[in-house]
Amino acid sequence: MKFLCIDCDEQMTYEDRQEPGDGTFTASYVCPACGHRMAMLANPMETQLVGSLGVKVGGRTLDQQPMELVRQTLEGRDDAFVDDPSGRPTWASTSEERLARVPGFVRGMVKKIYSEWASERGIQVITPEVMDQARVDLGLEEM
Amino acid sequence: MTYRTYHQVTGEDRSQLGAQVKAQRDRVTERLQTVGRVVAVMSGKGGVGKSYLTSWLARAVASTSRVGVLDADLRSPTVARLLGARGPLRVGESGIEPSIAADGIAVFSTDLLLDEGRPLQWRSSAGDPAVWRGLLEIGALREFLSDVAWGSLDLLLVDLPPGTDGVTDLYDLVPSLAGIIAVTIPSDEARRSVARSLRAARDADVPILGVIENMSGYRCPGCASVQPLFDGAAGQALADEFGVPLLGRLPFCPHGDGPGQEALASTVQAVLGRAS
Repeated sequence: MKFLCIDCDEQMTYEDRQEPGDGTFTASYVCPACGHRMAMLANPMETQLVGSLGVKVGGRTLDQQPMELVRQTLEGRDDAFVDDPSGRPTWASTSEERLARVPGFVRGMVKKIYSEWASERGIQVITPEVMDQARVDLGLEEM
Repeated sequence: MTYRTYHQVTGEDRSQLGAQVKAQRDRVTERLQTVGRVVAVMSGKGGVGKSYLTSWLARAVASTSRVGVLDADLRSPTVARLLGARGPLRVGESGIEPSIAADGIAVFSTDLLLDEGRPLQWRSSAGDPAVWRGLLEIGALREFLSDVAWGSLDLLLVDLPPGTDGVTDLYDLVPSLAGIIAVTIPSDEARRSVARSLRAARDADVPILGVIENMSGYRCPGCASVQPLFDGAAGQALADEFGVPLLGRLPFCPHGDGPGQEALASTVQAVLGRAS
């Protein structure tokens, strides 16, 4: 998928992706010539179609997680998976409380995503502020 | 007013959805590099004992080789229970670790993911789950192949669901598939149903290793004689029709001791001979 600024005949540049948590998806683009910005707003059916393929519009911002599609979409038991905690940053209790609001079946994977993001940046303790920063950076607004 | 087309705009397609799908396939290929052979057990018909047979084959092979079982019957998983596999599943650095069941058999199944007694259901933010079910089930099978840390195995048995689609879906994901084993019972109804699946497999150029006729008679627990259980000889008929060997005829044994050690041993040897 590419976007073309008609006035400038220039390919627009991908800027940002947001998933507001209502089943929809937003991607924003900017024209490198005139600076015109636009947002593509995908409805729930379009978002689900892409999600069911296990792919990401705008490209992946982090590596595919183990069994990502199954863990995000299967109505499974909360204790199906246990994480290997070795070598991970620690979690502040306030962050653990926030994490507890994530459905159990995907909680381990969400925790791993935040942990890897923090590890890559040398962050030792995952606070709610770190989670906010990671959500924006990774486009995980619903997590 | 006309605009430049997708191909005329030569800048990068950042989404690269095609490349993402290819990367998914590559993950399957990469994961299975440490697996010697992948063999699928299939049947066009349900209730022929396909999962029982898969578990007995796995146990027989496990005495001399490293074996794994992937339960691809997502909606009606039974192999995990038959082999005594248990959760929870550990998420390791290299993927989801399979449950290690009886005889050291590595097992993965939706049975390990679902709450007891709950059917297979998918979340859909868009509603209409039936619309997405096919895509999600193929995606799940792909992830079971690529994201389970199968490790080094001599043989990975895939227990397919009844019907025709599972065979071609699997072959699409695993072009290196050594082949399929078709399971039938002696009846003509079973023959017709299994034949349809085998034609679908043959049309897709899936290697057919052979046919196993299960419940091929009833073995008396008292005198050990084998008496007829169903009319028909579907195993031999299917073998003749598709030009493949009849790998074994396994009698029904009523006391849970498997299909008879002698018949099972010869069938396992035939299966391994064809799969090598």
